[in-house]
Amino acid sequence: MISATYDYLDGNAAAGELSKVFAMDVTAAEGQCAHCGAIKRFADTHVYMQSPGVVARCAVCQHVLLRLVSIRQRVFLDLRGMTYLTFDSAHDRPSEPTHSAS
Amino acid sequence: MAGTALFGRPVMWRIGTVVALHDETATARTITLEVPDWPGHIAGQHVDVRVTAPDGYSAVRSYSIASPPNSHGRVEITVERLPNGEVSPYLTQVVAAGDRLELRGPIGSWFVWRTEQTEPIQLIAGGSGIVPLMAIIRSRASVGSIAPFRLLYSVREPRTSFYREELQALSDKDHSLSITYAYTRVAPSDGPRPPGRIDASVIASATWPSNLAPTCYVCGPTSFVESASDLLSASGNDRDKIRTERFGSTGERK
Amino acid sequence: MDVVSRGFSGRRSPENAKLPPGQYLTTGFPVLSAGPTPHVPLDRWEFTIDDGTHVLRRWDWKSFRDLPSETFTVDLHCVTRWSKLGTSWEGVSLDTILADVETDASYALARSYGDYTTNLPLKDLRNKQAWIAFRFDGKDLAPEHGGPARLLVPHLYLWKSAKWIRGITLMPHDKPGFWEGLGYHNYGDPWREQRYSGDQ
Repeated sequence: MISATYDYLDGNAAAGELSKVFAMDVTAAEGQCAHCGAIKRFADTHVYMQSPGVVARCAVCQHVLLRLVSIRQRVFLDLRGMTYLTFDSAHDRPSEPTHSAS
Repeated sequence: MAGTALFGRPVMWRIGTVVALHDETATARTITLEVPDWPGHIAGQHVDVRVTAPDGYSAVRSYSIASPPNSHGRVEITVERLPNGEVSPYLTQVVAAGDRLELRGPIGSWFVWRTEQTEPIQLIAGGSGIVPLMAIIRSRASVGSIAPFRLLYSVREPRTSFYREELQALSDKDHSLSITYAYTRVAPSDGPRPPGRIDASVIASATWPSNLAPTCYVCGPTSFVESASDLLSASGNDRDKIRTERFGSTGERK
Repeated sequence: MDVVSRGFSGRRSPENAKLPPGQYLTTGFPVLSAGPTPHVPLDRWEFTIDDGTHVLRRWDWKSFRDLPSETFTVDLHCVTRWSKLGTSWEGVSLDTILADVETDASYALARSYGDYTTNLPLKDLRNKQAWIAFRFDGKDLAPEHGGPARLLVPHLYLWKSAKWIRGITLMPHDKPGFWEGLGYHNYGDPWREQRYSGDQ
């Protein structure tokens, strides 16, 4: 009954908002869906941002993984949809020494 | 602040001043911003841009960084004007040199290419999805990397493609970078294939064989990314070696 | 930050109409969603009223469309600050739907195809304040705007007007829905600017 309409973004689009609460960039993190067990990079989650908040959904079963709402000075975060989210600091290295003009 | 923390560093809003504007096509423009305290970036990352009306109404949109890592505190974004866009018409038609934009970033740690990567790289761009891939190509050129690169660039017709001359010049002088255009609406009559979407035969003829285990980067409208990723996977590429960035159904990331 | 973008005004109309505080008039009809658009075939669509345990009423598309409907014109106010005035709809009044439903419940949870929910006092669904709407602007309601049918409760912010409505659960105690549980106001009166929890 739910068919693909390709109107979603992905975890890359939510990373800026999520940087308000996560010390590390989330796109390379891997998360497990609490509903269907699928393990995916956060960059590959289906993200809906045209709404009162950010909603990230499992690409496999469409259940909500994460919700974030930014209201004035407050952030609400709901992570119940994930069994875990795991971050590898190897992905979050700062940029390399800058190059000379190209 | 930079370089010492094991886990992350704060991503804050900064103010960039427009120092240059360059029309890439009839509807797309590159904006060069000077950001005095820019921490540097890696090819593939993006910024969130915030614009604010005098009454306080604001809108935020994400744009991929087009410029390679550099030491000048300069960030280039290429913005495509969408017919019903709220921010893109403003950025492509109203913004002038001297104007200021707020940007947050750089953002992203997965859809990035680091210059120490030496494996074959397959880039697949749909329309404006070429922007972060161009940053990757420019980054490779700026350090003289010889990592084998292939770009498959799907676009409506030749005049809607971005960075055409620069891509031609780069591939002319560097044979380890090869570029294939796939036109979906209007193709040159002397071209190798008629207009059409990317399909399995295009993947087979224009991309690295999957047994070379390339790292793939696919970027563009969501439906394009899903289709191209499925094709790459069907031709034997491991899903975890296919990195994706989706621009939504209209191509505007919001 | 206090950076003003010279020359930016967004998609808003400059007309000076009577709007709730903090709202801007829009010329379009923005589509905001928390998930994929459900596509519900009419031969499988149903709308139910339940009390959490038992289904009290059930309509399929045919029996629903056999109910008396009315056309009406209302203003819409979204918590993301856009307002659209004078929108015309056709739908079945909740007064008709709830006509012979006997209940002690004071609260309602509107449930959508997909997983969206929103809560409101039952009395806000009565007295010509709410409809199950299936036509907008003279045409069948498009899926991206909530079709085949959506709840419409125009006196509250539009997040209370659940798209792709599939049922209403009558509850003795209030329970927050999808956004009410994550920082949004439990009631949502645009004229008192009740956007977020804690707003008076």
